Amino acid sequence: MLVYTGKRIVLALLVAVTVSFISFMILNLSGDPAIALAGADATPEEIKFVREKYGLDRPILVQYIEWAGRAIQGNFGESPYFNQPVKDIIGDRIGVTLILGLCAFLFAVCLAIPLGVIAAIRPNTWIDRTALTISVFGQAMPNFFFGLILIIVFGVILRWLPISGGESWRHFIMPAIALGYYGSPALMRLTRTGMMEVLASDYIRTARSKGLRPGPVLFKHALRNAIIPVVSLAFVLFGYMLGGAFVIEYVFAVNGVGFLAVRSIERADLPVVQAIILLLSFIYVTMTLLSDILNAYLDPRIRVK
Amino acid sequence: MSALLKVRDLHVDIPLAAGVLHAVRGVDFSVDRGQTLSLVGESGCGKSLSVLAVMNLLPKKATWHANTIAFDGQELDGVSEWQMANIRGSKMAMIFQEPMTALNPCYTIGNQLEEALLRHQPVSRNKARDRAVYLLEKVGITAADSRLKQYPHQLSGGLRQRVMIAMGLMCGPPLIIADEPTTALDVTIQAQILALLASLQKEFDMGMILITHDLGVVARMADSVAVMYCGQVVETGRAIELFENPLHPYTQGLLRCIPVPGKTKPGEHLGSIPGIVPTPIGEQTGCVFQNRCSYVTDDCTSAKIGLARISAGRAYRCLLRPKVSQKNMSESQAI
Repeated sequence: MLVYTGKRIVLALLVAVTVSFISFMILNLSGDPAIALAGADATPEEIKFVREKYGLDRPILVQYIEWAGRAIQGNFGESPYFNQPVKDIIGDRIGVTLILGLCAFLFAVCLAIPLGVIAAIRPNTWIDRTALTISVFGQAMPNFFFGLILIIVFGVILRWLPISGGESWRHFIMPAIALGYYGSPALMRLTRTGMMEVLASDYIRTARSKGLRPGPVLFKHALRNAIIPVVSLAFVLFGYMLGGAFVIEYVFAVNGVGFLAVRSIERADLPVVQAIILLLSFIYVTMTLLSDILNAYLDPRIRVK
Repeated sequence: MSALLKVRDLHVDIPLAAGVLHAVRGVDFSVDRGQTLSLVGESGCGKSLSVLAVMNLLPKKATWHANTIAFDGQELDGVSEWQMANIRGSKMAMIFQEPMTALNPCYTIGNQLEEALLRHQPVSRNKARDRAVYLLEKVGITAADSRLKQYPHQLSGGLRQRVMIAMGLMCGPPLIIADEPTTALDVTIQAQILALLASLQKEFDMGMILITHDLGVVARMADSVAVMYCGQVVETGRAIELFENPLHPYTQGLLRCIPVPGKTKPGEHLGSIPGIVPTPIGEQTGCVFQNRCSYVTDDCTSAKIGLARISAGRAYRCLLRPKVSQKNMSESQAI
């Protein structure tokens, strides 16, 4: 188990480094950062001044190594737009993104797992078809579109919920549903197929042959097995919800990291964009890592040799 | 004394797209305490489905009905699943064919053993653990205490089957049903497991139903035998009598398939039964064995053929009279 975990951590770190390297290169190649910083109507002298001031005239590899060296120490430079350390700018907004991601994740899990279990116990009934319909909608509809529908229905027509901002918990309801709903179909389908497979297995019959009641058979014996791959997927989805909230944060004007990222791209605020990409890849890699470790922990066939 | 388990006219139907599959059609059998009944037959003859019906563990799609299924004097037909679950495990336990998949991979052996007792008896977990250790030792597992903490994947197939047997015995049930308990095991392990089952059955004075397609196993283990073919019992009787004097052409054919040490010459062809088992979808008239039987007559295709009782506990389902069939049995006589 320790060796397994160690290997996974090394692999995860390598992925994070690679992502940061590639994104650094792409951002620098996608346009001249000096022109972007100096502004569209800057003179060549001004551009040259900016380029030298920020060290943009040096080889790109040197720039990367220098940036990475500082990033490891937690220093992501300063945003030329805010004139503030990047660390503080992101730090102010990460909490909002975490809350939104967690709410969306909880919504997805609470919707998907019970529905998946019920659909598996009663396949081809109205409840199974309802679950299927819900999941097909969730899969087919882009989440910003679903977000807009929510805004129109609950914000504009019914006026139950605020449509933008992040001042109170009520502001988080719609974005969390929009973001979580998008993640729930995969979880639901995996729960359903997993449960159906497990319920047909020999050890479920063994459990019933011992005289166990349907409750323990279902929750102790079946769900415990079916849930293993679902937990893995859920963690990956959680990573996605923390990192993939760009569009949803933008639609609902929630002042989180995703919203910041979109605005910073518009402003060519490269240090901020670069730091956010590193942060997101780190979150994503961490979640995948946790998912692998938890998977091994939940499955005795991997955990105990 | 009335039988421990008495089954009369048991039917199991499975609805399929092509029609209703009558998988079990009017099966009778009974087991006494301390006795072993062997259900013998080819794959798909309905032997497993018959006992699963008794346990009310049939697959969801399948339905069953019977004239009577009496366990220890109690009628089980019509008993609710809720009550049936009280009987399963405590009064009758089942040992399954596949030890590799019949144990839950996520729980320890100890957990799964203790659970069987805790479900039915108000005992402490410690008491349940003691019972588990006692039974693991009984089934020949050494270091039983530490085995309790192991997961199924850490045990070999033979060990897992021993665990399954111990699990079946946790509540000390009067009846144990073993569904091909040795099919998935190595030959050497098979012999050990069978010997174990036989000795445990004697020690705990249990009734046992042993399902198998291996006549060698029947000869060693069974007090009585019911030979099944295509959803029906075609011949039944005490094991010794049935082996000495098989009356049904199907039983005779089965016995011809077994080589006899000293009698079957090397290279000699063993007997085989021509044809294949018909699929019992829809209604069928006449004898179920008609299309493979070498004595088939016109009556066999139309008459309704019941079990003809020829002595206590001895019956067979064939129009041939014993005299006629006996003269064709010289080959199997020696077994």
